[in-house]
Amino acid sequence: MNIQFSQESMSEIQRIIGQYPSERKKSAILPVLHIVQKEFNYLSVDVMDKVAEILEIKPIEVYEVATFYSMYHTKPVGKYLIEVCHTGPCMICGAEKTVEYLESKLGIKVGETTADGLFSLKTVECLGACGYAPMFQMGEQYYEHLTEDKIDEIISQCKISSSDN
Amino acid sequence: MGKTLLLQNIDNPEIKKISGYLKLGGYRSLDKVLSKMSPDEVTEEVKLSGLRGRGGAGFSTGLKWTFLDKSTDKPRYLLCNADESEPGTFKDRLLMEKNPHLLIEGMILSSYALGCNTSYIYIRGEYMFILRILEIAIKEAYANGFLGKNIKGSGYNLDLFVHPGAGAYICGEETALIESLEGKRGNPRIKPPFPAVSGLWGCPTIVNNVESIAAVVPIILMGGAEYAKIGIGKSTGTKLFSASGNINKPGVYEIELGVPVEEFIYSDEYCGGIKNGLDIKACVPGGSSVPILPKSLLFNESSGNPRLMTYESLSEGGFQTGSMLGSGGFIVYDERQCIVRNTWNFARFYHHESCGQCSPCREGTGWMEKVLHNIENGHGKESDIDLLWDIQRKIEGNTICPLGEAAAWPIAAAIRHFRHEFEYHVKYRHRVRDEDHVYQPEMNYQSV
Repeated sequence: MNIQFSQESMSEIQRIIGQYPSERKKSAILPVLHIVQKEFNYLSVDVMDKVAEILEIKPIEVYEVATFYSMYHTKPVGKYLIEVCHTGPCMICGAEKTVEYLESKLGIKVGETTADGLFSLKTVECLGACGYAPMFQMGEQYYEHLTEDKIDEIISQCKISSSDN
Repeated sequence: MGKTLLLQNIDNPEIKKISGYLKLGGYRSLDKVLSKMSPDEVTEEVKLSGLRGRGGAGFSTGLKWTFLDKSTDKPRYLLCNADESEPGTFKDRLLMEKNPHLLIEGMILSSYALGCNTSYIYIRGEYMFILRILEIAIKEAYANGFLGKNIKGSGYNLDLFVHPGAGAYICGEETALIESLEGKRGNPRIKPPFPAVSGLWGCPTIVNNVESIAAVVPIILMGGAEYAKIGIGKSTGTKLFSASGNINKPGVYEIELGVPVEEFIYSDEYCGGIKNGLDIKACVPGGSSVPILPKSLLFNESSGNPRLMTYESLSEGGFQTGSMLGSGGFIVYDERQCIVRNTWNFARFYHHESCGQCSPCREGTGWMEKVLHNIENGHGKESDIDLLWDIQRKIEGNTICPLGEAAAWPIAAAIRHFRHEFEYHVKYRHRVRDEDHVYQPEMNYQSV
């Protein structure tokens, strides 16, 4: 299948490629995968093949990178991916309770996606917010000093903005 | 209030923009360098300052710079390590988020000293929101003639880019960072050759932590000799500590190296004491990979020589009774915290983050996690404790990069100082989980 990236993604990709010497296009792979993952929700083989074509490298070079780094998904995820930090400092400041609360609120377990495809829940290792625990990342944003009330509000905001679209 | 050089205006929102940064005295170090200093003179000042790598290794930054191979025609590269991922560490984030121009100015000064015309800031992918802040600031710096061709009429050219990672702790190791920047999996390289000779794309490369590069700005402004007067002995200058865990005031603090550890924990200026009026049980003073210390060793209670926040004092006694300053990720545990559970948590982290290249680390980290998980959940055997000790010893020193040591040290220290807790878990098949199952003071671990 011949997949096309949006005009917006393509111009961003061209800008990124310009940051590296012309014979070192491969260096753009990490930022480019971030861009196309944002557009397509996850990295399908078709998407990765297209990236390989643009960067003039072999598809396997893209696959091996996509499967090494934890931020890339090779399977679909919910529209809102909630990634709760559960490493040491967050754990001793209540990360486990945060996870339990999210599980019961969303009716899913860690690693699952809600039936409406809206939310996925994941636990991740240290996000560099140890002093502001408990916390999670959703999209590009950090949500820190979480309480049950705060979580309720974030979730309902997501639901509102997704029904607006 | 101690001296602050990096966080001076951190709470002033104006400083995020170049206009505010300039108004508050920014880019003066750059003016000084471009108008009257040669690259070697800049390096000399950094050497004089005694600045030690702030990412964790603590190696002299100025000395590292002198290793850069200048004998070839190849381009040279300066890479800023903003892959901050060591559990407990969140200091670089604050600098970049609130005062991005300090890092940019530091990058220009350092690149000038090293003779680099292209430099990169490698930032962890999760910090994408900070990458956006940096890119805006870089655009401002170009527009004001601080970056690009012929900077401020000096004839010096520099392009600066930000490159995101994508979730891999290992990319904080400098050769893995380089591999990642080349568009590959973050597998560390065998050294030698060192990056200073053959790094990014086979060219001479220096990799420095965000805080180290930011510190070059005040060093140039005040002079290396003046900077070296701050601190104690070989621990010169100020250092950022990110404090987390069971304390009243978690956050990032800049201290003059040499503050007593006890003061740092209990003073209202810093951590503000232990939360809920509890006692302190233990502390990991320099990020998850450094040895955990029980209260008595942390404060050096028996020697009458209080432990200080310096590279030397924190490591005094070696791993028998000391720890390391590391990255400054200062994690405090109150008396209710379970050391076994925390050790298992860290073991899981290192298992997750092992790149899989060396078998002692790939297999050992997973094995240790499994054994610790068993002990923590009441399925441990008495022999498991010695088994853990054995595994960690066989990882240490047998891997390409220091992730092996980073995984081994926290386990060794936990067993060394808290063996009784492991024994207690095994004997009573007891799972300790914060408020649900609290260690009671009457439980005498020593007698188990």
